[in-house]
Amino acid sequence: MNSLTDITPFLAADILHVSIAATVKIVAFVFMTILPMVALSVWAERRVSAAIQDRVGPNRVGPFGLLQPVADGIKFLLKEDFTPNHVRKGYYWLAPALTMVPALLTCAVLPFGSKLFGEKMVIADLNVGPLFVFAIASLTVYGIVLAGWSSNSKYPFLGGVRATSQMISYEICLGLSIIPVIMIYGELNLGSIVQYQAENGWAILPLWGEGLSVKGFLLWIPIIISFIIFTTSMFAETNRLPFDLPECETELVAGYHTEYSSMKFALFFLGEYAAMIIGSGLAVTLFLGGWSLPFGWLTPESAAADVPWWHGVIHILTFFAKVIGFILFFIVIRWTLPRFRYDQLMRLGWVFFFEIALINVILTAVILWIA
Amino acid sequence: MAIVVKRPKLKWWEHLYLPAIVGGMRVTLGHLIKTLSGKKKVTMQYPEEKWDENLPEHYRGAPALVTDEQDRERCVACQLCEFICPPRAITIKPEEIPSDDKWAKVEKRPKAFDIDMIRCIYCGLCEEVCPEQAIFLRKDYAITGTSREEMVHDKERLYEIGGKRVGLVNKWNGLK
Repeated sequence: MNSLTDITPFLAADILHVSIAATVKIVAFVFMTILPMVALSVWAERRVSAAIQDRVGPNRVGPFGLLQPVADGIKFLLKEDFTPNHVRKGYYWLAPALTMVPALLTCAVLPFGSKLFGEKMVIADLNVGPLFVFAIASLTVYGIVLAGWSSNSKYPFLGGVRATSQMISYEICLGLSIIPVIMIYGELNLGSIVQYQAENGWAILPLWGEGLSVKGFLLWIPIIISFIIFTTSMFAETNRLPFDLPECETELVAGYHTEYSSMKFALFFLGEYAAMIIGSGLAVTLFLGGWSLPFGWLTPESAAADVPWWHGVIHILTFFAKVIGFILFFIVIRWTLPRFRYDQLMRLGWVFFFEIALINVILTAVILWIA
Repeated sequence: MAIVVKRPKLKWWEHLYLPAIVGGMRVTLGHLIKTLSGKKKVTMQYPEEKWDENLPEHYRGAPALVTDEQDRERCVACQLCEFICPPRAITIKPEEIPSDDKWAKVEKRPKAFDIDMIRCIYCGLCEEVCPEQAIFLRKDYAITGTSREEMVHDKERLYEIGGKRVGLVNKWNGLK
């Protein structure tokens, strides 16, 4: 994985070691952290929404209602899995899986910690991290389009159409908005990006290391613009308010998943939240310094350097604390802004964000060239 | 005539949305913090906290029959409540009080007095019409049952809810 010059044949022990480490990381990160986080973010969404609206929210099942997602899951599993007669069965069954799977696949490249017992805390240490995320995440739209089309009824169809155009439009802004950041880091490996931020200041908080310079402050302007565009596009990509037009209850009943019930509906629901968590993870990795603590505390000397195990644990906790903070931001925004009108959404994407992101790339290039 | 509403002219920074988002988040976060810190009163936690202490004086709950100081049932089976009851929830079977009874001079009493609590609309007309002050709307509001039969309150149940009530006008006592 390190370089092509290193062509010594893998020993069986190496292969065993790599595969066991990967399996442990997949199970520990995806199945034991992300999936419970999806369930918990549903709980958090309901509790925080309730608190914002001066209500209590689910507080019956378990302490503070923390087991509510379990109760919901049991309900979803036990409900009749109803397939309406008028749907196109194959695609109708495929669609929920297509929304859930890409969302979970993208967490493969997210560095959720520095190192623990000599193992890099990332499932796949790819050198094309953000590209991989965008390539896989854009598959989510197929699930929604298929759901809207195969449901064979008007509201899901409208929701599907809206989702397609919205997600395709905002994918462009999303991709363009991170180009300045990548230009500054000169790196596409998410782990190295985090290491760079740990040493030289987080992208939006360049207050130590090399970030604390004239160049750092000049670059802060395009990064803030990037961050705003990235975050807004992330809301649009995950179909969250104020951009939840594909499923707005007031117009489209439930949008693309109107015809779905029981576990298939749950998969859409979970896929949306998983996408939200991964999106938050990506934003945290690119802009908020990933697993690193502020002001270079407990920063490993280099990406390859070993760290004590308790540093590794603190880094992992830092990453998840940041992600949870970002998810709470998602939830608070939901009750802060009203839904955009469709033409406003398209105008914002194509007329403003697209141009601003392009100019931002040039601006970054100019600043990098001068400084 | 159509009224033309002029669109407000926004400043350049208002066009950016960002100040509006910050202002909005101040409102939502304010509510969030107020609720979480318990400064804001929220919904009653029903099965644990009950309405009982918080009901207003004029609350109209389940209707019930009452007895007077001498444990005489106040109802004389005049059937006025049965006739006025808008949803016809009340069914009374009157009976004559035997002449050897202590209260023979009252002449009439209900043999059966049923109130169908599925029908009752808690309007309070029965209480209002009763010339004997025998039926009152109590503050019981959690009337539940698992069958239609269970939801019909018979005489025994009605007296159990109503209990004894003192200090009412006594038309019939030991002297009169």
